[in-house]
Amino acid sequence: MAPSLSVAPVPMVKTAKGSVAVVTVNASLPAGYHANSNKPTETYLIPLTLKWTGGPLAADSIDYPKGKLEKYSFSDKPLSVVTGEFTITTKFKVKPDAATGPAQETGTLRYQACDNHACYPPKNVPVSVTVEIQ
Amino acid sequence: MAWGALSRQDAADIIKEVKRFLIFVLIAFTAVALGLVAHGRNAATVANVRAAGDRHEAPDFALKDAQGNVTRLSDYRGKVVLLDFWATWCGPCNIEIPWLEDFERTYKNRGFEVLGVSMDDDGWKVVRPFIAEKKINYRIMLGDDKTGDQYGGVEALPTSFLIDRNGRIAKTFVGLSDKEEFQNAIEKLLEAPVQRSAELFSLPLRADAPVRPNGS
Repeated sequence: MAPSLSVAPVPMVKTAKGSVAVVTVNASLPAGYHANSNKPTETYLIPLTLKWTGGPLAADSIDYPKGKLEKYSFSDKPLSVVTGEFTITTKFKVKPDAATGPAQETGTLRYQACDNHACYPPKNVPVSVTVEIQ
Repeated sequence: MAWGALSRQDAADIIKEVKRFLIFVLIAFTAVALGLVAHGRNAATVANVRAAGDRHEAPDFALKDAQGNVTRLSDYRGKVVLLDFWATWCGPCNIEIPWLEDFERTYKNRGFEVLGVSMDDDGWKVVRPFIAEKKINYRIMLGDDKTGDQYGGVEALPTSFLIDRNGRIAKTFVGLSDKEEFQNAIEKLLEAPVQRSAELFSLPLRADAPVRPNGS
């Protein structure tokens, strides 16, 4: 059965105008499954990506978990993967003239998971966070 | 002869006989053990295909290949077909592809075809270059969830269905399989006599039964 990556609700983040809002997304994969890291070792593999697509803030940087190099029965070389619980951190720049109040940011976490014998189609998980600009 | 009266020679003879017997038992035990191991190995690689009466019809489809030609599974009736659901991003599929190329070369003249159904969302944009790079020698078509649903909802890749000459699913392989297991199953179907229509119609019709990818 295809594994489901679960994403914990992201708590509201408070920030000030002209500063940086740090948003942490906690995700987890069931035991026995792995997803490619953001920097897979093979070009044909689909990387873990978080894309923020809706909301007034612009993502300045996204830090992905460092991939673990693991060897599987279907690969000659170790693959860079994430397993279990992992965190992705996004830094949003808040402009000095940003409107005060809550800003709803929405995005999509895309992953492609496998176990030791089979792979499952890539999936998109919606992610959202409220950034309170003071 | 009383035991107490055994001569040294008699005692030596008895010990020799006992030794011989023990060696015989040891050899017999080893032979039986080796036989069991060999049998176990054979049993693991023997083609475990469904009995003809337990097979249900492989759902027909019409999909375009890389040249734009429409391919129907029913066009291959009379041949043994290995229908492989795969994707370019799938590591285990990449292991099996050279095996499938090998099967296509080895068995094509005996009435065998490999058909690949790519489940890549990005379509020909990624599949065509992949076919060229890997020099895939069998027909590849583009599938989608609807195609997968016809076959019971193909989620795990690779998933392959071995289809007999009468268009019925004889074996399902889910995930990375064993090359020898594929070969044995293909050989078994190629060697099977072709059933006549009358015999086919006497089989229980189970085309409406859902295809379970995890069944074997």
